[in-house]
Amino acid sequence: MLMRRLFLGAITVWIVSVIIFAGVEVLPGDACTAFLEREAQGKLLENCRETQGLNRSAAERYFDWASGALRGDLGVSANGQKSISELVGNRLRNSLLLALCALTAGVPMAIFLGVVTGLQRDKPVDLVFSTTAVFAMTIPEFVSATVLILVFSVWLGWLPGIVLTSAGSPVSEFFPEIVLPVIVLGMVMTAHILRMVRSSVIEVMAGDYIQMAILKGVPYWHIVFRHALPNALLPAINVVALTIAWLLGGVVVIEVVFNYPGLGRMMIDAISDRDLPVVQAIALIVATVYVGVNLTADLMTMVLNPRLRTHALRGS
Amino acid sequence: MSTLIDIRDISVGFVGRDGRTREVLRNIDLAVDSGECVGLVGESGSGKSTLALAAMGYLKRGLRLLNGSATFNGTDIFAQSRQELERIRGGQLALIPQNSGQSLTPTMRIGAQLHEALRLHSALPADHHATKAIELLGHVRLPDPKAIVTRFPHELSGGQQQRVAIAMALAGEPKALLLDEPTTGLDVTTQAHILELLRDIAAERGMAMVYVSHDLGAIARVCTRVVVMYAGEIVLEGSTRHVLKSPTHPYAQGLLASIPKLDCAALPIALDGRPPAPGDAGAGCAFADRCAIVQDRCRSVRPQLAPSEIGGTVRCFLAEEAKRQKGRTTGAAPVRYSGDDTMLDLDGLSISYAKPRLLEQMLGRGTNVPPTVDDISISVGKGETLGLVGESGSGKSTILKAIAGLLPPAGGAVTAGDQPLPHTVEQRHPSQLRQIQLIFQNPDDSLNPRHTVSDILEQPLKLYFGLSGNKLRARSAEILERVRLGAHYLDRLPNQLSGGEKQRVAIARAFAAGPEIVLCDEVTSALDVSVQAAILDLLNDLKKTQGTTYIFVSHDLAVVRVLSDRVAVLYQGRLCEIGQTHQVFGGESHPYTKVLLGAVLEPDPDAEPTLAADDVVERAPPERGCPFQRRCPRRLGAICDTDAPPWQSPATGHAIRCHISLEDLNAD
Repeated sequence: MLMRRLFLGAITVWIVSVIIFAGVEVLPGDACTAFLEREAQGKLLENCRETQGLNRSAAERYFDWASGALRGDLGVSANGQKSISELVGNRLRNSLLLALCALTAGVPMAIFLGVVTGLQRDKPVDLVFSTTAVFAMTIPEFVSATVLILVFSVWLGWLPGIVLTSAGSPVSEFFPEIVLPVIVLGMVMTAHILRMVRSSVIEVMAGDYIQMAILKGVPYWHIVFRHALPNALLPAINVVALTIAWLLGGVVVIEVVFNYPGLGRMMIDAISDRDLPVVQAIALIVATVYVGVNLTADLMTMVLNPRLRTHALRGS
Repeated sequence: MSTLIDIRDISVGFVGRDGRTREVLRNIDLAVDSGECVGLVGESGSGKSTLALAAMGYLKRGLRLLNGSATFNGTDIFAQSRQELERIRGGQLALIPQNSGQSLTPTMRIGAQLHEALRLHSALPADHHATKAIELLGHVRLPDPKAIVTRFPHELSGGQQQRVAIAMALAGEPKALLLDEPTTGLDVTTQAHILELLRDIAAERGMAMVYVSHDLGAIARVCTRVVVMYAGEIVLEGSTRHVLKSPTHPYAQGLLASIPKLDCAALPIALDGRPPAPGDAGAGCAFADRCAIVQDRCRSVRPQLAPSEIGGTVRCFLAEEAKRQKGRTTGAAPVRYSGDDTMLDLDGLSISYAKPRLLEQMLGRGTNVPPTVDDISISVGKGETLGLVGESGSGKSTILKAIAGLLPPAGGAVTAGDQPLPHTVEQRHPSQLRQIQLIFQNPDDSLNPRHTVSDILEQPLKLYFGLSGNKLRARSAEILERVRLGAHYLDRLPNQLSGGEKQRVAIARAFAAGPEIVLCDEVTSALDVSVQAAILDLLNDLKKTQGTTYIFVSHDLAVVRVLSDRVAVLYQGRLCEIGQTHQVFGGESHPYTKVLLGAVLEPDPDAEPTLAADDVVERAPPERGCPFQRRCPRRLGAICDTDAPPWQSPATGHAIRCHISLEDLNAD
């Protein structure tokens, strides 16, 4: 089962890499036309393609690119001639840092609040937090980001409103600049996970085995922790996984608003510079993260859910 | 005898959308002595489960105690603190739930759930819990209790789960047990075994039991006293014998008449109408609208529950009248098939659920697991009804799916009329699809909740007959009439219909296609008996007027008996016996058929089931020999394990697949 999932995951990444490569391939122009701009013609263009290895067949170049990527070598960027692995490495670290901070702050809080609101269904606590969560989910991130900058940075002056640290700086220098982006991300993320956990808790608490536990005389908190939560939190694993993937690849708006040097902003810059090797590299990384995180989530669910781990008796 | 459970004048209700309080239980008195087993009977919605749970001080979300009290062993249950209730529940007063599969926590091992019960409710020191848990599981006759404690609930069969629930209830050495439909949804054989176990436990421990069930057969087996409930109130109470043999309330009579009997091939009599919704009972007798002997005063004055001179306590002005009238107890004879045109032919059908592994798939290899259903050859005549019976896992529904083209068979052929049918729905021609229609067990699942009745019926009419506009509407109404629903139902949504009405719509949808063959998959299992009787009557009627060929799958042998011309008995996806209904249900038959018939519970306190074989659930059929070899009470020896049994024919049209000679089969 495990081997099968790993195998399928690897195939997914491979297919995605082909699509990414083919997508870039069908665009008009290549790294040389982008680099040489107006001089991209005749001998100069040919020479450039020769040195870049662009005159070889697409299959050969794909093989080169893919085998390099497997070894951690993502090629060189088109304009700066710098190693993409180095460029992306820092950005990936920064994105991971942001994601990690948001997750450590957000996930425990989201799960706690989700459980509390689920147990206190339709009571004041539930109404307050559930409504807040809906707001947090619906307000566009740039709006909440701007409001937070206005309040905490401009008016109160407690926190820096923009990240000035350069991409390669050590982790410690990102504090406290990272706090506001983490809060904005945390809000959206917490809201999603909270709503999910809440509905899952409500569903489980209405179930037959909870009624049975009550009628068996099991004390309330015991019911919550031993009977309800192990079942109610299973679906949360997948939501948390999706959130992680989103944090690592898709927080473009927040990175731009706060000038945070993460992967998302690098992708935007690379696209506007037509730096196709970098675009390819980031797309591949993000795809791998998605596949990897979801695979991990499925495996965790499998480990924690006995129904998936062991065989059921055959039904009719 | 001391009174253990004492419920006085209890009323429970909820506040409806209109702000009115609607009563689910109305002024109920119930006293249960220690050592006594009382049955609570009624249709769904009668309040029987609510009453049983109220005895534990538990009301479902939204329900409130409006009046009265419930005492257990002298303690006023509703006046207790949460801690005190936690001590009593699962301790001296324990519940055995309906559907234990869902009542056991899926993420906890059986052992952990038993330990929890022991920790909460037994005086035993913690280091004795493990041995006690195993002892309890052995006590409820579970094989290999040491292995069971390490299992998760889904790894057990329905019967094993129910036994675990019983063991858990016994952990606290209860004085009283509440049983909420404990055998509903189990196979007949399993049910019979569980009931015997409960009888023995009750006898040996002298516990009081309150047994909630809609199944009068089960009640007859375990209860000494029966309370019949209708629309939230008690309508009849008396000894089991009195209630089942000479009921004095018209509702109880109707209920009994609507049960199909194994020894009688007549159609059961349906109880028309449906009980009033909570709070809608009006001033008079709640049953007045459905009562055959109703008088004017019944509609204006609510009869009181009063001891009757002819035995028991009854809520009816006309109890004596009712007893005298008694009415018909059996209905009309069902239509019987006579003809010899073949409509459907299954030839060597085999179906496999086992999927080859990824690696095997890539290498183009199949699996070597024996197929789930194997070598089924049956031919069904035009207008004939074939019943398929067997326990869960016998492959009944699987065969229907293969006929319908929903599950491609691994081998064999299906022929309808004179055309061989392609294996999947995608490959079948629309006219072949129209020919075969399927009706499912649960109309809640098979009807789209967002489609009105007319949407549902119009689909086949548009698809197969290209009808539109007024014609389409008129035809839909006509089809509804045929299932005895008026045209005013056309614009309703499924949730505005009762269970029986929904199933009628599902039947109407199948017949809208003008099918030659209708496959019925447990079509009455989810319905109350009185509604079931009406549905059986309807199916019989359609058979008469449309000449439809049915394949009727049910785990209820009495229901199969009513409608079927011929019956095929299946075990582990293999045919054991096939023949005319009367041949299979009497005379010589396959040992497995005998096991099934012996386990059927009749609503009669004198009927006693015979439990010939263990209720073991087998995971897969054996690779060789007779499929029933591992459970057969009349196993001959090694030959059963190695050789496939031969077909023997005691009479024309009757065939038994067994190594035992016909004389020996007959001798038993």
